[in-house]
Amino acid sequence: MNASTAKTLGMPQKNIVAARALGRRRRLVDQTVRILCIIATLIGLFFLGSIMVTLLWRGVATLDWITLSREFQPTTYGDPDAPRGGLLHAILGTLVQSGLGILIGTPIGILVGTYLSEYAKGSKLGEVVRFVSDVLLSAPSVLVGLFVYQILVRPVGGFSGIAGAAALSIIVIPVVVRTTEDMLQLIPNTLREAVVGLGAPKWKMVTLVCYRAALSGIVTGVLLAFARIAGETAPLLLTSFGNNVVSWNMFGAMASLPISIYQQANSGFPDLIQIAWTGALLVTLGVLTINVVARILVARRK
Amino acid sequence: MSDVITKRTTRRSSGAFGDSVFEWLCRGAGLLVLGLLGAIIVTLFIGALPAFRHFGFDFLFSTKWNPVEGREEFGAAIAIIGTLLSSIFAIILAVPLAFGIAFFLTELAPQWLRRPVGTAVELLAAVPSIIFGMWGLFIVVPFIQNHIQLAWGEELSAIPLIGWAFTSTNYAGTSIFAASLVIAIMILPFIAATMRDVFEQVPAVFKESAYGMGATRWEVVSQVVIPYTRISVAGGVMLGLGRALGETMAVTFVIGNANRLPGSLFDATTTIASVVAMEFPESLSGSLQQSALLALGFILFIISFIVLAASRYLLRSRLKG
Repeated sequence: MNASTAKTLGMPQKNIVAARALGRRRRLVDQTVRILCIIATLIGLFFLGSIMVTLLWRGVATLDWITLSREFQPTTYGDPDAPRGGLLHAILGTLVQSGLGILIGTPIGILVGTYLSEYAKGSKLGEVVRFVSDVLLSAPSVLVGLFVYQILVRPVGGFSGIAGAAALSIIVIPVVVRTTEDMLQLIPNTLREAVVGLGAPKWKMVTLVCYRAALSGIVTGVLLAFARIAGETAPLLLTSFGNNVVSWNMFGAMASLPISIYQQANSGFPDLIQIAWTGALLVTLGVLTINVVARILVARRK
Repeated sequence: MSDVITKRTTRRSSGAFGDSVFEWLCRGAGLLVLGLLGAIIVTLFIGALPAFRHFGFDFLFSTKWNPVEGREEFGAAIAIIGTLLSSIFAIILAVPLAFGIAFFLTELAPQWLRRPVGTAVELLAAVPSIIFGMWGLFIVVPFIQNHIQLAWGEELSAIPLIGWAFTSTNYAGTSIFAASLVIAIMILPFIAATMRDVFEQVPAVFKESAYGMGATRWEVVSQVVIPYTRISVAGGVMLGLGRALGETMAVTFVIGNANRLPGSLFDATTTIASVVAMEFPESLSGSLQQSALLALGFILFIISFIVLAASRYLLRSRLKG
């Protein structure tokens, strides 16, 4: 009797001790993991902050009218009287090539996205197209450059702005495909049924109603595609190569901001590296601003 | 009466005509995308043929890379190894961080903090490769040189068993470690975003029942969320790997571009993408060097295609949902 009472009384006591130890350990593990996760997030944010601070700190010094309005000049070798160069040729080159890339890539991307969303429900071809588009979305862009070099640069015998724009348009297509398909999928089917019920043919339903309903989403996709190609370097290195003067000749080598940054950053001259930092600041501010605007457009939609 | 009927039929037939034109326009664009991928593969392969013919299978295993005219000799081995090693190290560095961020964003962060932090991480993905390259060259490389190699190099080398991995005579800072670190930061947002999205798809009931039994947040994530999402998480990691393999400009800035096998983390080496970016613009049109570079591009295409296809296969359940 006595022994058994001791046992029944003793057992839970032991369990409480063990359970408390277990509870402490579980809480400790949980707290540790939480702190590690917060640290991981802070590290991620730190990198973004470090990049932005570095760009501002190094790039702002020459962010002035001279940089924005002049073409490339060779290094001044520290001579204060020598003319300082700028990035006008590169800014214009990037705008022209990216603009043309968007003009070529967007219609194709929208049509493919329409095909995937409106025509390819459950079809094998649709599956394959979606797969290929996704692969192209993440494929190394330098390979796009090699491809365009082989078909548009090598046969002609020279680098050209057209080839650069073609390479960029190949990068635009999958970005626009993805957003167009996603945005068309969001349109309720009742809207489609209402349009078809009025007797409109399907192509009118898509072009007059669905595109209008999905417009802000499609615009977002185009903006994101523009932001993506405005910073592309590797494909342009193999197609439009770069240039030191303002050029409107699409059939000759053409400058672009990323390539000017690349060349001047690796030049070894402090004054050129300084201009490269300003270029880097311009590209990053442009790209991030477009991304934020695109995000606001999507958020307003939701 | 008959006038009305003909009007109606012509109108309907014009609608049908417009329909079939538009459908074929859309399908044609889809076929164009298929053709594009095919054309890229075929074009790279045709361009690579002279090099494949000249070197045969040895091209894959040779470690020589000599573009000097008359003594040209090209092999892909070092670029392939450099590509794989730098990408794998980058994955090892990025995955824990990405998991931490995804865990933070889905379970830990208060609601008002989720959007800004999530947006900031996504903006990191939007920063162009060349910017990471410049930042890497002027910030990360000197940091590795001064604060890791010069400050701790001897201590690290003295660690038994793994000390060799830190023993290097290259004190330039441009190294496979710098490249992996920069790639890791670049792929971090992609992996974190995929992980966050799949974590959010876990049915709330599952998590609530675990919480109801008194599980801690870590226990819920490690024993409910991760088992439920492990396939998609693997898909996200593969997506990061696919992107890491093809990183070009950032790597070109910081890896040192030396055709040498890296003996340690602080040695310079090269990757397929950076060899192509460094040498292709300066190579002679139609030369054996150019063909060898196209052959490298073809190999990179095959590797990344396999990795990206695997990633998409693993993520298929998420894509359908």
